[in-house]
Amino acid sequence: MQLTDLTLLELAAKLASGEVTSVEATQACLARISQVDGKVKAFLRLDEHGALAAAEASDARRKSGNPHGPLDGVPVAVKDIFLTEGVETTCASHILKGFVPPYDATTVRLLKEAGMPILGKLNQDEFAMGSSNESSAYGPCHNPWDVTRTPGGSSGGSAAALAAREVFGTLGTDTGGSIRQPAALTNTVGLKPTYGRVSRYGVISYASSLDAPGPMARTVGDVAALLKVLARHDPLDSTSAPADVPDYLADLEQGVAGLKLGVPREYFVEGMDPEVEAAVRSALKEYERLGATLVDVSLPHTKYALATYYLLAPAEASSNLARYDGVRYGHRTREAKGLKDMYGMTRDEGFGPEVKRRIMLGTYALSAGYYDAYYLKAQKVRTLIREDFTKAFTQVDALVTPTSPVPAFKLGEKVNDPLSMYLMDVCTLPCNLAGLPGLSLPCGFTKAGLPIGLQLMGRPFDEAKLLRIGRAFEREHEFTRRLAPI
Amino acid sequence: MPLSDFQPVIGLEVHAQLLTNTKIFCGCSTEFGAAPNQNTCPVCLGLPGVLPVLNARVVEYAIRTGLALGCTINKTSVWSRKNYFYPDLPKGYQITQFDQPICEHGQLSVDMAEGEKVIRVRRIHMEEDAGKSVHDASASESLVDLNRAGVPLLEIVGDPDLRSADEAVDYLKALRDVLVYLGVNDGNMEEGSFRCDANVSVMRKGATAYGQRVELKNINSFRFVKQAIEYEIARQVDVIESGGKVDQETRLYDPNKGVTRSMRSKEEAHDYRYFPEPDLPPLHVTNERIDEVAKSLPELPRAKVTRFMSQYGLPAYDAKILCAERPLADYFEAVAQHFKDYKRLSNWFLGELLRLLKDEGGTVTTLRFSTVQFANLLGAVEKGTISANAGKDVFGEMFRTGKDPEAIIAEKGLAQVSDVGAIEAVVDEVLAKNAAEVEKYKAGKKQSYGFFVGQVMKAMKGKGNPALVNELLKKKLGE
Repeated sequence: MQLTDLTLLELAAKLASGEVTSVEATQACLARISQVDGKVKAFLRLDEHGALAAAEASDARRKSGNPHGPLDGVPVAVKDIFLTEGVETTCASHILKGFVPPYDATTVRLLKEAGMPILGKLNQDEFAMGSSNESSAYGPCHNPWDVTRTPGGSSGGSAAALAAREVFGTLGTDTGGSIRQPAALTNTVGLKPTYGRVSRYGVISYASSLDAPGPMARTVGDVAALLKVLARHDPLDSTSAPADVPDYLADLEQGVAGLKLGVPREYFVEGMDPEVEAAVRSALKEYERLGATLVDVSLPHTKYALATYYLLAPAEASSNLARYDGVRYGHRTREAKGLKDMYGMTRDEGFGPEVKRRIMLGTYALSAGYYDAYYLKAQKVRTLIREDFTKAFTQVDALVTPTSPVPAFKLGEKVNDPLSMYLMDVCTLPCNLAGLPGLSLPCGFTKAGLPIGLQLMGRPFDEAKLLRIGRAFEREHEFTRRLAPI
Repeated sequence: MPLSDFQPVIGLEVHAQLLTNTKIFCGCSTEFGAAPNQNTCPVCLGLPGVLPVLNARVVEYAIRTGLALGCTINKTSVWSRKNYFYPDLPKGYQITQFDQPICEHGQLSVDMAEGEKVIRVRRIHMEEDAGKSVHDASASESLVDLNRAGVPLLEIVGDPDLRSADEAVDYLKALRDVLVYLGVNDGNMEEGSFRCDANVSVMRKGATAYGQRVELKNINSFRFVKQAIEYEIARQVDVIESGGKVDQETRLYDPNKGVTRSMRSKEEAHDYRYFPEPDLPPLHVTNERIDEVAKSLPELPRAKVTRFMSQYGLPAYDAKILCAERPLADYFEAVAQHFKDYKRLSNWFLGELLRLLKDEGGTVTTLRFSTVQFANLLGAVEKGTISANAGKDVFGEMFRTGKDPEAIIAEKGLAQVSDVGAIEAVVDEVLAKNAAEVEKYKAGKKQSYGFFVGQVMKAMKGKGNPALVNELLKKKLGE
């Protein structure tokens, strides 16, 4: 067994006992990356020097008996959407090529303060727009379970790096499913926290009212441990919640006996892969066996979620991406003659087709004369979708659904079919519209050996319960211990 | 057909920079005159990943202004994004308040040529300022200075209740006085911290529907406001009189040529794509907060003028000058604590004090002497210790040195002689010397009385108590 096969908490235990040093763990990751990342392409860039320096500092703290916390010394990596001071951050876009941030995202700062070396920046869809990581300006990321397939997106690199055992934990962001869907497609665990639970400061905005940064790892416990580091009120983010932060590891092993789990009928849709449906149904049976009660619930506005999402998210994106204009940083065209030209050509050269598509959609949806019909209407539907959930949660503790309607698909398969690509997030995006926490964890494999994900959705700020429910299933199965064949 | 057949209709939108120490959404300084881009941080530079955090002081100032202008303070107001591209707009949008501003439905009473007029204030909202483009520093490039980006502004939107350029200027001045009184704005039009856009239209007298309005952008002095509006009214009348139609457009005033010219037409008008700012939750203010601000509200200029008239018995003219600026009014009241002849005090303020401040510089807050010293000087004049003229000299000396009036009077030997015997001796001497003139006086040449007074005063080097001099002279002349 290699050092990199350990889970995050297993490594933390070995660091605590002195069996392994942070430098050894960091070097093991770097070796693993150089061995497999040529095939996976999870990393856009490494910060070998910074990571090793942080590892050395961590080892010194251990030696003097003053570690910064239980995860001190555990190497991690972050999606390229997170700002890292002094380390180029591009959000996988040409338009930010060469941009070196002068500050850390709050989440990155928290990882550093916890003593965790940051190995580098992970591949993603450009500006987090996509569900297959193929819209990255620096090339797609590959699924370690089958490198001809996508790892999902947009946090594809964050998921693939874990599945390829290049790193012990990662940060992703989830605007419509971008943490959970890739987790499902790579046999990893990803948590989209409640909106406001984890700071967005220093995370490049895609759709501000939906974006949720969150932890990804190989087990539910690892994700709980990372959330403990990240969940915090941040005065720099006005949408950050001043809510209490529980100890996410404390009740992890409490089991599900007595809990009520809702099964929303709208999520078992036509077109769902039968193997996915079968795996999810068997997980539901498993929960019953473990003492939970299954409750049939309805979320009647689910069918409008996709349309609502594809009005609201592009609308916000069209505004959030306006700052990439070539005036102050990032790419600027060399050709332009006047100001208008400079804007147009800079943005034409800098943005990829999926980003342009969403900017156009959003600009249209917000424009005078269409605002009421599209944006405003979508906001109203969003309220109805939220109310569906509020109502459901008066009956049940959590909702259980598939994460992705299909397992990992082939790279290139849906690239020219944006609508079918958008359907990849059909199960995950209602959760973003409602601002709720959602967890994806492995629940089986297809006959072809592709991972299948189970999604749990909970009440606002009820992450601890979701992790506990996830852990109850994980404990009974070996899925999270199965290693990708790479 | 002349202008007088038309009725102009004018509404002003005023932008007032708030006197906060830090910007609206970050902790950067708002100080004017720093080196380019010195007062900036990732937030006001609009770097990727930054988020706005609202400055509570801005809300306080908005509420204060709203209350002073009789507005309803909305318990919930909403932030919006106004999207447009400009090099000095770092985020590609301005954070402002659109359909739910913090204050609405107020008014301002203004003294105008035809008496008091109430101008309605439609709304007041908070927003961030943009940076500024510098076009003349380099031949081939334009530079951007973002020191001003994120400086808090209030936009005060008035209803189209103004009917002439003069009324517009009167309103603008009154509004500026209120903001300066409230301590929320410095009223400086030249530096652009108080600036306005004017919506101008004309209609034939007796018409009920307003004409097509034209927006005049960013006018930066009271004089230009008057000129720009007058030019625009005349231009619109010309257009209509020559059978044309006024276009809906935005125009700029060119102060060098004294004309307005088109900036953009309706067709080119921006589609700002407003939508609620997702990075800022709706703003909620409580009744307690509003009450708290209301308690801290200072007395406003108009109320103060009225009070000065009744409390101090001053004429309107005096009260208006004294209340034009809050520090002057405060200073008047401070001296009035120690000197109760308020009209005389006002005369000294309007005459000597303002003249010296104007000629020699300074403000009432930087005076070298105390309110008590000021009152003592006036007391000395009132009691006749020194003459009024000598008092002015002493005041000048106090202004320059801060010395006690008593000390200056002693040093300069300015004290009046009120010794009856001494004055009588001089009077006798003067009358004796001018026996011929005395005869003529007694024969009816009453105009020589002044001559006698002058001679006595001359002999006494101006220090004779005028009342006593008069009394004794008249007695000796047999009056």
